[in-house]
Amino acid sequence: MEFILTLIYLVASITYILGLKMLGHPQTARRGNLIAAFGMGIAIVGTIFIYPKEVPMLIYALIGSAILIGTIIGWLVAKKVAMTKMPELVSIFNGMGGASAALIGLIEFHHYHGQTLSIVTILAGLIIGSISFSGSMIAWGKLNGTFNKPIRLPKYNIINNLFFIGLVAFASFIAYQGIDSQLYLYILFAGALAYGVLFVLPIGGADMPVVISLLNSFTGLAAALGGFLYGNMVMLTGGILVGSAGTILTFAMCDAMNRSLTSVIFGAFGASTTTNETTSEINGTIKETTPSDVAILMNYANKVIIVPGYGLAVAQAQHIIHELEELLIKKGVEVKYAIHPVAGRMPGHMNVLLAETNVSYDRLVEMDDVNPEFPNTDVVFVVGANDVVNPAAHNDPNSPIYGMPILDAENAKYIVVNKRSMKPGYAGIENELFFNQKTSMLFGDAKDALGKLVGELKNM
Amino acid sequence: MTEIIQFITENLQMIYIVILMIFVGVEIIGHVPAVLHTPLMSGANAIHGVVVIGAILVMLGSDPSNILALSLGFVAVLLGTLNVVGGFVVTDRMLEMFKKKK
Repeated sequence: MEFILTLIYLVASITYILGLKMLGHPQTARRGNLIAAFGMGIAIVGTIFIYPKEVPMLIYALIGSAILIGTIIGWLVAKKVAMTKMPELVSIFNGMGGASAALIGLIEFHHYHGQTLSIVTILAGLIIGSISFSGSMIAWGKLNGTFNKPIRLPKYNIINNLFFIGLVAFASFIAYQGIDSQLYLYILFAGALAYGVLFVLPIGGADMPVVISLLNSFTGLAAALGGFLYGNMVMLTGGILVGSAGTILTFAMCDAMNRSLTSVIFGAFGASTTTNETTSEINGTIKETTPSDVAILMNYANKVIIVPGYGLAVAQAQHIIHELEELLIKKGVEVKYAIHPVAGRMPGHMNVLLAETNVSYDRLVEMDDVNPEFPNTDVVFVVGANDVVNPAAHNDPNSPIYGMPILDAENAKYIVVNKRSMKPGYAGIENELFFNQKTSMLFGDAKDALGKLVGELKNM
Repeated sequence: MTEIIQFITENLQMIYIVILMIFVGVEIIGHVPAVLHTPLMSGANAIHGVVVIGAILVMLGSDPSNILALSLGFVAVLLGTLNVVGGFVVTDRMLEMFKKKK
């Protein structure tokens, strides 16, 4: 029987590799996800039913009900939550995995007393899982807007590093002194949870995708440590795979934003904006416009490029913008969407959002392809985006986003910006594009403003 | 020194797996378009839900009279399942949005 389980684990490991590989291509991505899910399913079922020892019914009942409850809640939450909340969900589910790994450590610690190597594995899994859990919860709160301003203690980098060194030292002490004390274990657990909070709190909300990706690979590592402890191959392969793939993905995300991982974690963002605020203040006036003026402008345009941002997602304006797009196309205007790789709260956020409304895939144009088109575009319509069109990324070496690739909206003939207010974007910096002579501002919630705009266009 | 050698010889198979898997992970992610970063992260997120197997093993091996271990194990299985099911369903929902219109 155990041979069959080994075989199942082998098949499951292969499905994870295949699944991740297929997730990297648009055509195969969905199937890849299903294949990995299948592998997970057989691995779980196999683990439960092919167990070498006799197990009391009570335990089977408990496992069964835990899985049932988890499945129902997980399924419902994942199905019901709005598309705009996807990043938050990924963060929560990641935290759950971390917590699960930490709990395993809490229970198993006592059972492996005296085996130093196993204790080291357990404590490492406990620390990493706990950091991943509390860190993900903070990341979730930040994405949610509960506390999106970076909160920094004075000298937080030094405090954090010292705290982490202390944590590792304490864990080593427990392991090498062979201490079998639940009290010490819970102190370590609490310390690791606190470190997760301290680790994520100082990081700005705009960097959360990177942080979640990093914590994601942490949880992978925690799972792999569990695999090492039990000599369980499927946990080991799955965990290491996610750990390494997640790390590379984290770097790829940093790349897309032209940031380095150290500047994300140790915070070049925000920290430098506070010092620059006085020097890079922008002088100029802004021009406010009305929906009817914008309607006229668009009606007589040949080419309109829409730049969507997080504001579009917040206002749930994806349907109305699709209506605007179809209306303009009917009037013979060429319409495209310019998608910045990190527009929204996560890479690909805008694609997901717009695809929900059945916007044709070939109208979504990526940054490098769309940038040369701006000079012969009549109207650029920026909806709820800010930092991704901020020319400071090109012009102002003092700006924290200097060097980030942006959409060159300023090269178009007219620029219309829809925003709720003049509040700066997520990076917390001013945008000189709004003060450009070619720019006019259409203030208001994206859904309202677009609704009025569509109404005006229909009457023309 | 002897401890290290003993550790390596005893766990040679797992060490091989760890090293090879690291390279597989790196290879798989190379050159993925930015658009797919989020679904990919979400998919990877679901896969590390494999930790639920550890939680199940804890439960299967625990003493039925140890209430604390049983309840912690119960929570661990529940949270791990949330990670797996939620992770795969969210990823599927995201990817559903990507399908091309006919």
